[in-house]
Amino acid sequence: MKRAITACGAVLALALAAGAAAAEDKLRVCFVYVGPHNDGGWSEGHEHGREMLQEALNDKVESSYVENVAEGPDAERAIERLARSGCGLIFTTSFGFMDPTIAAAEKFPEVKFEHATGFKTAENVTAYNARFYQGRYIIGQIAAKISEAGVAGYIASFPIPEVVMGINAFMLGAQSVNPDFQVKIVWVNTWFDPAKEADAAKALFDQGADIITQHTDSPAPLQIAEERGLHAFGQAFDQIEFAPNAQLTAIIDNWGPYYIERAQAVLDGTWGTQSTWYGLKEGMVVMAPYTNMPDDVKAEAQATEAAITNGELHPFKGPIFNQAGEQVIGEGENLDDGTLLGMNWYVQGIDDQLPQ
Amino acid sequence: MGIIEGIMLTVITAATPLLIAALGELVAERSGVLNLGVEGMMAVGAVCGFAVALETGEPWLGVLAAIAGGVIMAALFGVVTLIFVANQVASGLALTLFGLGLSGMLGSAYVGRPGARIGSLELPVLSDIPILGSLVFGLDPITYFSIALAAGVWFFLFRSRGGLVLRAVGDSHASAHALGYNVIGVRFMAVLFGGACAGLAGGYLSLVYTPQWAQAMTAGRGWIALALVVFATWLPGRVVLGALLFGAVSILQLHAQAIGVGIPSQFLTMLPYLTTIVVLVIISRNRLLLRVNTPACLGQPFVPDR
Repeated sequence: MKRAITACGAVLALALAAGAAAAEDKLRVCFVYVGPHNDGGWSEGHEHGREMLQEALNDKVESSYVENVAEGPDAERAIERLARSGCGLIFTTSFGFMDPTIAAAEKFPEVKFEHATGFKTAENVTAYNARFYQGRYIIGQIAAKISEAGVAGYIASFPIPEVVMGINAFMLGAQSVNPDFQVKIVWVNTWFDPAKEADAAKALFDQGADIITQHTDSPAPLQIAEERGLHAFGQAFDQIEFAPNAQLTAIIDNWGPYYIERAQAVLDGTWGTQSTWYGLKEGMVVMAPYTNMPDDVKAEAQATEAAITNGELHPFKGPIFNQAGEQVIGEGENLDDGTLLGMNWYVQGIDDQLPQ
Repeated sequence: MGIIEGIMLTVITAATPLLIAALGELVAERSGVLNLGVEGMMAVGAVCGFAVALETGEPWLGVLAAIAGGVIMAALFGVVTLIFVANQVASGLALTLFGLGLSGMLGSAYVGRPGARIGSLELPVLSDIPILGSLVFGLDPITYFSIALAAGVWFFLFRSRGGLVLRAVGDSHASAHALGYNVIGVRFMAVLFGGACAGLAGGYLSLVYTPQWAQAMTAGRGWIALALVVFATWLPGRVVLGALLFGAVSILQLHAQAIGVGIPSQFLTMLPYLTTIVVLVIISRNRLLLRVNTPACLGQPFVPDR
């Protein structure tokens, strides 16, 4: 099924490419999305970034996208087609596009590639990602302050480092307020299934959690929180419209400034390979307005956000212990990025087993 | 609300869309037509229902629109497979692909917009009875309808003359034709009924379950409904059982995780599928019963007078 959709997407891309060939002297910037451009989640975040780029550099850049590209071998064909059709800079925006991007980059050394959320780079491939865990730390603190039961529910997608990192950051934030804070974790093994996410939210609330957060893409858990008169957080977008009384804040993905910066670098001839991991400081991660909470909690959240932004506070600052009670990092040190990107263990205080 | 009550309520609502879609497909298959497009019809139902409910502010018009959306898709399938005698399997798969794509196009303006939920019944006094109150009197109207639908489908198929004709068409279209029954007409109506049910099931997702719309929000439930029909050996009662069982295990595995039983989540995620297959296979071990219930002409095209 995805193959047929990919084929349609590729045909569309070729058509777009033919139409754009007229604007010869502009830099062509192409985006590859794993889902529909208006999925209300991950891919839409990148689409907003593309729109910001187009607006900012409208007279120098011609941008386009291919959507619904399945991860795997099909992706390589789609990326190659874009490279062949004259794209000078190509953003591939899903983890599973990593190897296809590297492979396509080898065949088109004059084209510049940027891959989101991966870790492989090459002469003409840059990796970029956002430090979402910074936001998770803040919402962990808020959760521990707001929760009366002292128990939060966490709806998780897949046990990959990105998600585990988020759970740990959430817990460390919560423990900074209440060392005995508990978190119940449910893995739904999907990024997007609103009904299942809603079921998971109901299960967590039924089991005594009075606040939930999710690392999946739909606003369904927020709607359940709204219905039950409890609290939750938005993910990837400000989802306050879905839960005007339940959403406390949301961790927003903001890719636009980075896309503008990189396209400008290509135009200036200063583009080079790098591994970018931007956070609150650079504005790649943004917190939605703090709502539905007392003023003191709000003030504290803003203070934490400021401390992370100016570098005073690192969410993974030592000492940190793993579940076995072993010290992973000592007082006065912070976990390095390599450890974070390969995280496959829970911090102390999480009473659950990480699926392997 | 107590935890047991909470679990049971969630199980029933999780089973409802599967039950409705499977009942529709059961009727279509009993008439001899295999429509693999349930997922696509559900997707179109979901988007039509959501869009109309949002534009008019009337959730119930949304429900009607969801049904209409499913019926239109089914009519397309009917024309292609019954009148132009195209291959049913290929056409059904195409219908799913088409439906998912079409729903994405129709719904692009509705992504990320919250809708109004069709709420549960709030009967004075009755709904306040502990446990029983919310389970018997506190469900949403479409869930009640789905139970009535199951009973109605059973009554129609096995206790009415119309049902007898429909089953005859499904078991031996040549004989039914020789007796003077309009095979194509009966099948067309059965296919439309299947579409109406699939559309309603999709509308249930976008109007009751999670009042929002996004592409592919049906997330494979149409395929589960299809599988339920086969595992239930084309009997409505077993479809109810299968849907509830599937719902129960998929909800309980979430609770098991929240309690922290230490079973790998990947295994728990697959458990609903496994349990439903195993249980329905066990109760279907009577070969004779299976043969009696399988529509003999399932998937076979019918061309009159050839």
